[in-house]
Amino acid sequence: MGLWLTGYAILMIKIAVILTGVLLLAAYLVLLERKLLGRFQARIGPNRTGIFGLLQPVSDGIKLLTKEDVIPQGAHRRIFLFAPAVVAATALLTFAVVPMGPDLHLGGRKIPMVVTDMNVGLLYVFAMASLSVYGVVLGGWASDSKYAMLGSIRGAAQMISYELALGLSIVPVVMLAGSLSLVDIVDAQAGRPFILVQPLAFVIFFLSAMAESKRIPFDLPEAEAELGSGYHTEYSGMRFGMFFLGEYVQMQVLGALTAVFFLGGWRGPLLPAPLWLLVKIVLVVTAMIWIRATLPRFRYDQLMGLGWKFLIPAALINIVITGFVMVGI
Amino acid sequence: MKELFLVVHSLCTGFYTTLKHIFRGPATELYPEYKRPLPARSRARIILTVDPDGRERCVACYLCSAACPVDCISMQAAENPEGRRYAAWFRINFGRCIYCGLCEEACPTAAIQLTPSFEHADRDILKMVAEKEDLQVDHCGKDPNYNFYHHAGVADAIRPKGGHVNESPPVNVRTNMP
Repeated sequence: MGLWLTGYAILMIKIAVILTGVLLLAAYLVLLERKLLGRFQARIGPNRTGIFGLLQPVSDGIKLLTKEDVIPQGAHRRIFLFAPAVVAATALLTFAVVPMGPDLHLGGRKIPMVVTDMNVGLLYVFAMASLSVYGVVLGGWASDSKYAMLGSIRGAAQMISYELALGLSIVPVVMLAGSLSLVDIVDAQAGRPFILVQPLAFVIFFLSAMAESKRIPFDLPEAEAELGSGYHTEYSGMRFGMFFLGEYVQMQVLGALTAVFFLGGWRGPLLPAPLWLLVKIVLVVTAMIWIRATLPRFRYDQLMGLGWKFLIPAALINIVITGFVMVGI
Repeated sequence: MKELFLVVHSLCTGFYTTLKHIFRGPATELYPEYKRPLPARSRARIILTVDPDGRERCVACYLCSAACPVDCISMQAAENPEGRRYAAWFRINFGRCIYCGLCEEACPTAAIQLTPSFEHADRDILKMVAEKEDLQVDHCGKDPNYNFYHHAGVADAIRPKGGHVNESPPVNVRTNMP
């Protein structure tokens, strides 16, 4: 009983640490994005709240919390209230399987630096990604608004299409690592990160993961130029904040997964393991911000064309080639 | 193949361009800390100026009020004992003013002028209504030498008929007869 309680306490501590870290990082990623985007456009970005605008996330939070939470008259109330939570929760849940470092030995106890090391961790990640489509679709549908509806239809089509490419691009990594567990995948990269052996898979994964997290140039579901702001047009206050939070947590998820699958996860010289993961996440996010500052939004047929006609065939060919090389060796 | 090259090339150009801007540094001027000197003729706060000899230029002719596209200028004309017109009260509603400068163009006496000072926003719209005391200044504004009464054809004690600037002395029409 005592042993069970200690395990339970350790688990809770791990969850608390990861949740705090992820949410804090999400808040500051917003600031990082605004600052960097400002620089890319020869502006300064937020600099009025605190030095360098460091208190901006706090004031944003206060603003969102104190704003009126409007529910449209024709909305399906219960689903409307529920949808933002789906987006935020699925993004947060993905972090349960991301390994933060090597096993810790404390008082003769082995503490793995991951909330749960699932042997089907990869499938879990994709399950969460698929579930987050529900947040978008339900949010748009329950709003009873044409723009939100159009946004969520686009979102559903886009996310389901790119999920295929996302899954297929990871298959070579799984073949090389011989496991679906994220911990094992990181361990398999002890020698060299997989980006060196699988550059094509990396590109496909990165592109489809960006489409999956609805970032520019794949932000068709939001497309503020065409659809107001797409599936969350009707949301306000903290409910909008939840969608926003979900999006930024998803950026981190994408960064963490890119790090785990291709950049060697927490592995790296000198710095402690969790810090290496953080550095890699921030690097990937910075790259995404750079892409956002550079590329315009895709047209819808171009988006679908890229997904179905380029990424999926390329991923399939990559699997075949990887297979041949592995058998040949 | 050529198409692929084009795609890669244009992508690289795009990313290089945005990267360059990071090192270019922001072009932003931080407003309350740094106030850019505005051109002397930029149009903002309206003033009522005075003659070179220190008397009110405004003759309450209502031309500015008539020219104003948003009807934000109102006044009441009056006349002092020596026959000079002035505005008994003069009011500009800055809550409506669009700073178009038409009043300045319409003014025959160069009394009403727009200045570059623009920092007079207020949360209370009634505080934006400026009375004559708020508008009247004690300098000549953009035109330091102009004095309407030196040009106007109205004879007074100082300048009799024909004594104004660019005005010929009166001609006895009878001498022009053949």
